[in-house]
This record gives sequence, C-alpha cells and structure tokens, in this order.
Amino acid sequence: MSKRLIAAVAALSISGSAALAQEIKVGVVLPYTGIGAEFARQMDRGMELYLKLNADQVKPYTITLIKRDSKAPSGAEAKVAVQELLTQDKVDALAGWVYSPDAIASAPLITAGKKLAVIMNAGTAFITNLAPDFVRTSFSMWHAGYALGVASAKTLHAKTAVVAYSDFPPGKDSLDAFKAGFEANGGKVIDAIPAGGPGAVPDFTPFFQRAKDEKPDVLFVFVPAGDHAVAVAKTYGALGMRAAGIKLIGPGDITQDIKLQAMGDAAIGLITMHHYNADLDNPQNKRFVAAWRKDYGADSTPDFTAVGAYDGMAAIVHAVQATKGKMDGDAAVKSLLGWKFDSPQGPITIDPETRDIVMNEYLAEVVKGPDGKLHQKVIGQIDRVKDECKAQAIGPCAPKK
Amino acid sequence: MSTEAVPLPPVAATPGLDQPAARVLMWRHHLRWWEALPWLAAVAFYFIFPDYLGFATALLVTILFALSLDLALGYAGIITLGHAAFFGAGAYTVGLLAFHGIWTEPITSLALAALAAAVIGFASGVVLLRTQGLTLLMLTLCTMALLQEAANMAHDYTGGFDGLPSLDIAPLFGFFEFNPLYADTQYLYTLAILLVCFIFIRTLVYSPFGQSLTGIRENPLRMHAVGAPVRRRLIICYTISGAIAGVAGGLWAQTNAYVNLSALDLDRAATVLIILILGGYGRLYGAFVGAAAYLALEHFLARIYPTAWQLGLGLLLVIVALYARNGLLGLGEVLWQRYFVRRAAT
Repeated sequence: MSKRLIAAVAALSISGSAALAQEIKVGVVLPYTGIGAEFARQMDRGMELYLKLNADQVKPYTITLIKRDSKAPSGAEAKVAVQELLTQDKVDALAGWVYSPDAIASAPLITAGKKLAVIMNAGTAFITNLAPDFVRTSFSMWHAGYALGVASAKTLHAKTAVVAYSDFPPGKDSLDAFKAGFEANGGKVIDAIPAGGPGAVPDFTPFFQRAKDEKPDVLFVFVPAGDHAVAVAKTYGALGMRAAGIKLIGPGDITQDIKLQAMGDAAIGLITMHHYNADLDNPQNKRFVAAWRKDYGADSTPDFTAVGAYDGMAAIVHAVQATKGKMDGDAAVKSLLGWKFDSPQGPITIDPETRDIVMNEYLAEVVKGPDGKLHQKVIGQIDRVKDECKAQAIGPCAPKK
Repeated sequence: MSTEAVPLPPVAATPGLDQPAARVLMWRHHLRWWEALPWLAAVAFYFIFPDYLGFATALLVTILFALSLDLALGYAGIITLGHAAFFGAGAYTVGLLAFHGIWTEPITSLALAALAAAVIGFASGVVLLRTQGLTLLMLTLCTMALLQEAANMAHDYTGGFDGLPSLDIAPLFGFFEFNPLYADTQYLYTLAILLVCFIFIRTLVYSPFGQSLTGIRENPLRMHAVGAPVRRRLIICYTISGAIAGVAGGLWAQTNAYVNLSALDLDRAATVLIILILGGYGRLYGAFVGAAAYLALEHFLARIYPTAWQLGLGLLLVIVALYARNGLLGLGEVLWQRYFVRRAAT
C-alpha cells in the first residue's frame, strides 16, 4: 500500500518536473528535398547527436526542433519558412541554412524578428554582416582558402600557383581567399581558370593541360565534392602532373568525408585544408564518430556539415542556459560573443566582432589505411583561423555604409 | 470554342442577333457573378489568415506569372518553356535599380520592369516566332539559359548565384512600409497589381485582337488565308505576355527584397507551366485554380512532411494528367455538365 503511494507520488513529481521543464522551440530551415537533402540529413543527425550526447547540458530545458524544408535555393521559399516560424510558431531561435542565397534572403527577416539565428553551413563570407542576430558555427569559404594560401607558401614552399575553380560563388570566393593568403606570403597566382559549372562534371583535361603547361608549383582546385572531385583526381593522374612536380591542393570541400570512399584510389595524395575530417585525432571527435557509427550504421560517417550542425546546436544550448531560457535575441547573441567550445573539430570560438567562427584549420593528405579504406592524415595545422575576408574588410565583406 | 466557359449551343443556320449563338458571342465578355469569387476570397483571406500573408503574396505573384503564360500559351498557342526569362528580366530590373540605389519607388519600378521584359520579349519574339512546335520550345529555353548565364557572368553587378541582398524598396506612396515580418502591405499591393493586370488581360482576350490570337492558335493557315497579319499579332502578344511576366518578376523581387539567379531558372519556367496545365490553360481562371491548388498543397504538405511532400504533389499531378486532360477547371466543367446541366434538361 505504502509502496504504491510512494510510486504514485514519484510519478506525480516526475510528471510535475516534466511540465516545469521549459520548452525551447528551434526552427530548423534546411533543404530536405532536392540535391541538398543529403546535407540536410547529415545536419539533422549532427543536431540530434548533440542533444543525445549532451542531455545533461540541456537540462532543465527541452529543445524542440521544428523542421521546415527550404526547397530550391531561390531564397524565396526559405524566406516564407522563416517568416512562418517567427510569426506562427513563435520560435525562440532559428538554425540551419545550407545554401547562401537562402541565408542572404532571410537576413531582413532575422533583423526584424530579433531572434538568435545560427548558420550551420552557408559559406558566403559576408552573410553575417547582413543581420545583427546571425551567428555562424560552420565556416566561410575564406577560412580554408586563405589558410591554404598561407600553408602553400610556408609549409609546401610553393612559389607559383594556378587556380582552377567551378564557376559559382563558392569557387570564386575560394579563388579570392587562396590568392589573398598566398600572395600575402610571397607566392604568386599565375593563372585562374574557370573550369565549368557546379551542375554537370566537365572534362577537366583542357583546363589541366593549360595549367600543366604553365608549370606552377601547386594547382589549387575548387570543385563540388563527389563526382567533380573524382574527375579532378583522375585527370590529374592521367596527365602525369605529379611526375611533372605539380602538387594538387584544394579546400576540404573536395574531400568531404561522405564522398571520400567513392573517390577511389585516384584521390590518394590529394592535399586539402579544412577545419574537419572524420579522422581527426581528439577525444571529442572519437566520442562523436563512435556514437555516430553506433546510431547511423558502421559504414556511415559524419562530415563537416554534421559538425557545423553539432556545434550550432551547442551554441543554441549555451544561449538557452545563459539567458535562463528567455532567448531574447540581443541577449542570446551577446552570450555567444567570445563563446568557447570543445568541438569534435577541436577548440572553437565565436569572434565577438564578426559573430563568425574562429577555428583550427588542418592540412591533410589522403592516404590508404590498413583497413583498405581512404583516410585523411593531418600533416600541418594552423590555429585560430579567422574569416580573413571580414578581418581585412575585402570587397563585399566591408561593412555597408 | 474551347476557351469558353459557357457551353455553346449548336450554331444557327441563319445568323441573327436573336439567335442563341449570336447572343452567346455578344454576352461572352460580360462579367458573370462567380468572377467576383476569387477576389472576395483574396480579401477574406487577408482578414482570416493574417499569419499566412507571406505565403499568400508568393501565391498571388505566381498567379500573375501564370496568367502571363496563359496569354502566350493558352490563347495564342505559343509553346514556350522559357517564360522565366521575362520574370527574371523584371526581377533583375527592380533588383539592380534598388540595390545600386538608382530607383526604389515600387510602382514606377514595376513599370520599368515591364518595359525591360517587353523589350526582351519583342527582340526575342521577332527572331523566335518564325518557328513553331519543338523548335520554338527549344529556342525559348535557350533564350532563358542565355539570360541566366549573362546574369551569372555579370557577377559584379548581379551578385550571381548569391544574388542581390537586402533590397531597399521605398514605402508605397511614401507611406506604407514593406515589413518583412508581417506582409500586409506586400499582400494588398500585389493583389491590387494583379487585379489591374487581370482586367487588362481579360479585356485583351475578349477583344477582336484576342479573338484573332485564338484563331491563330486553332488554325494559323486559315488565319493567313483570311488576311490576318499572323506573325505581327504573335509578336505583339508575346511582347505583352513578356511585359506582364516582367511585372510578376518585379513584384517577386520587391516582396522578397531579394533577387538571385533562380528568377531565371528552368525550374521556375517549368513549375509555372505545370501550374497552368494543372488549372487549365486558355481560360484565364486556370491560372488562379492551378496556382492555388499546387502551391497550397506544396506548402502544407511540406510543413507536415518536410522530407516527403513531393510524393503527394506528384500523385496529384498524375491523377490530373490521367483523369482531367483540361486541368482542374476542365474537370469541374465536366462534372457540372454531368450533374447539373443534364439534370436540368430532363
């Protein structure tokens, strides 16, 4: 009898405390359909895994994700989703954005809505200038591009470089960033070759032959991960450019972890600069990757998009705790200025001036491991890399007057 | 005539004003009671669902865009898969003027958007409208692709794929601000522009000019034979249709405060074609029904199933393609005939 009573009281108190747990609503805007769906799935998993692995950090609050499809990257669809999340669902924070146009189009709404908005992927450098409530936990194209420019001159001792890039904003941003970093350290970009668009994979032979004839020390390539990157590696091998003494380098977008195994042996020897790969050797990443493989299958792997979402969720949880669940926009953003976090990618900070991420960049080479799979071996590291586009106020990154 | 919503009685042997056929011809352009319904619904929507005005504004813009396509495709029979060329031309006109701080007044911007789109419509029409069928289809597609690539290459001015951010649009009449969070002004403004454009298109298609377009669609050879200037009429129609699509694009840019390359995308051109065929082409109100059905289904399915909403939309399109060859309006008409007109006759 008394046992039953105790059980009833315990049940009551549990349900009572559950009711007390304040619900924090986070609107998630990601492309759940179309070619971006793969990113969205990785990022969903990144967010879920953070909440699962760090349940004690979230208490006493509960985080509810309200997911919306941003559809095609026209900006308009994402904007309707953001507007309804703010006015109908009355979310406490917003998160997501795979494509830069969607984040850029949402900026006036973020300014008007006055809620914390965490960019978890979109990489155009100047986005964070467009609204005071934007905080970015992913990257800008300048992080890896500029760092690789510096490393090419200092670590790889290159004097000349040729750049081949897919002709769309991430490609152009990468070119600008690499050039700025490389030439600031004594290198010289002798040619920049637009090599097709991001849609169909072009035949890279004519572009690479032109590069080979110019005999640079390094060939910097930016193309979308996957089929493009495979074709790049194969063309590089077929033209005998390694024997000609030209190193193939690029930002880590071209060796995205989920695409790496499909690239095959042609990718071996590729040198990239990026803030994350699944092979990074640190305790946080070991825990993250192990949990990922356990939950989503032994063959699945996190990648930089998943980590951007993981860190973004960590940022939101920090803001929730710091504002005691109030999530007033200004206070939430303020709590994240200078915020430090031990992420699977290593230590990260939010720059108090630009609200953009400051993180380590790793120079890595693709190698074949004893398990017969491709891995990325870290051969160099630059600590605390800022978005140099904003730091130096270059071009569109200069604050608009 | 297949464009007519009211069924035609058998043609009279001796024409005269008291004949039923003549009466139908005389009365066909007169307003019918149900034509007020979409507008009443639009006004009611404003009061009943104030939280959905952002979505509803996008819907109104799409209706206008579909109407412009109806004029070219449904009435004049110009088969085009590149109508987003004009939408994009209008959007970029408004976007470039506002972004570079040259001109931000909304209504005159729209007029300039229409003008820019009309110029492109006229220039491309003069060349393209010598062809027909699949050749024409491919050439319209090429025109759009060329414009999109031009916008991509002029990256320094247009922002390329990343677009023109945070456009500064002046308040309407110097007083009504475009609030990004609550789209009241945008909605009523778009509705007013849609009404003006609709009255213009409705008058046009029932005019002798509009009738000759229908004639050209049905039988170009005979229209040549009766001495109609077929190509000139087609070019004029294509130019007007382009101008209206330009207005739709301009509205899109103003209400979004953003333009990027997607304004000139094949995706946009194909979607508006699907919407028009879904609603029923060559009947004015097909654009309304098609856009409302397609976009509302897309919007609300995507809210419930963010990852799988395309399945539901695909099923609707398959069903319409199988059972409603003339679109939703055609289906409604058949049902009306079957259950009301016949019953009244017996």
